[in-house]
Amino acid sequence: MRVVSKPYGAIDVDERQKIYFPFGLFGFENFKNYVLLDAKQQPFYWLQSTDVAEIAFLLINPKIFRTDYELDIEEEELAEINIKNDEDILCFTIVTIPENPSKMTANLQGPIIINRKTREARQSIMRNQKWKIRHSIIDELMSLEQKSC
Amino acid sequence: MLILTRKINETIMIGDRIEISIVDIKGDQVKVGIRAPRHVKVYRQEVYQAIQKENIEALQTKPDVIPLLDNLLGDAKKKNGKE
Repeated sequence: MRVVSKPYGAIDVDERQKIYFPFGLFGFENFKNYVLLDAKQQPFYWLQSTDVAEIAFLLINPKIFRTDYELDIEEEELAEINIKNDEDILCFTIVTIPENPSKMTANLQGPIIINRKTREARQSIMRNQKWKIRHSIIDELMSLEQKSC
Repeated sequence: MLILTRKINETIMIGDRIEISIVDIKGDQVKVGIRAPRHVKVYRQEVYQAIQKENIEALQTKPDVIPLLDNLLGDAKKKNGKE
């Protein structure tokens, strides 16, 4: 399928890259159809709306800079996207990059959860309040080793 | 806005499936119990709004900064003594 993307303009995308958000994302409830694109830079991905080119979220696997990150949400929320066991889960967090890219942050409070089998997905809110909306990725990476020592 | 006065253990019904009970009151804090059908999501307003706002903020991320990230992440790992 043909998709007009924010990072690459019009591109051909495999059907298998399609992700369906039955409830949309917070603030974007009306946009339910996305594709997952390689950001051509490990370990980032683009979550690109197939409806509006400007709607594209940069994603990162939070485990890369927070090895202690574990999903902490209601079982029901997982059931709503037909996740039956942990192996079905693909978890990402949304990255915000300001003018100065070294100040980039990840939203660990509102993860993106994808059912890797059905490609249904949702954004959830973590129950544990230690997870914040803005975690500095660079700071977390720099203190990663100390934490695990 | 409809304003109702309730005592501890009293409940308000919204429609026939949503119940809101006053569980406890201590000083300026009120503990509220909510019973609602599965599809009705209940959030603290400030958390919901903050995530909504951050999603909008995240759209500011420009694709042209992506090539810079490799060095940034690499430097952070070096400073960490990992590489």
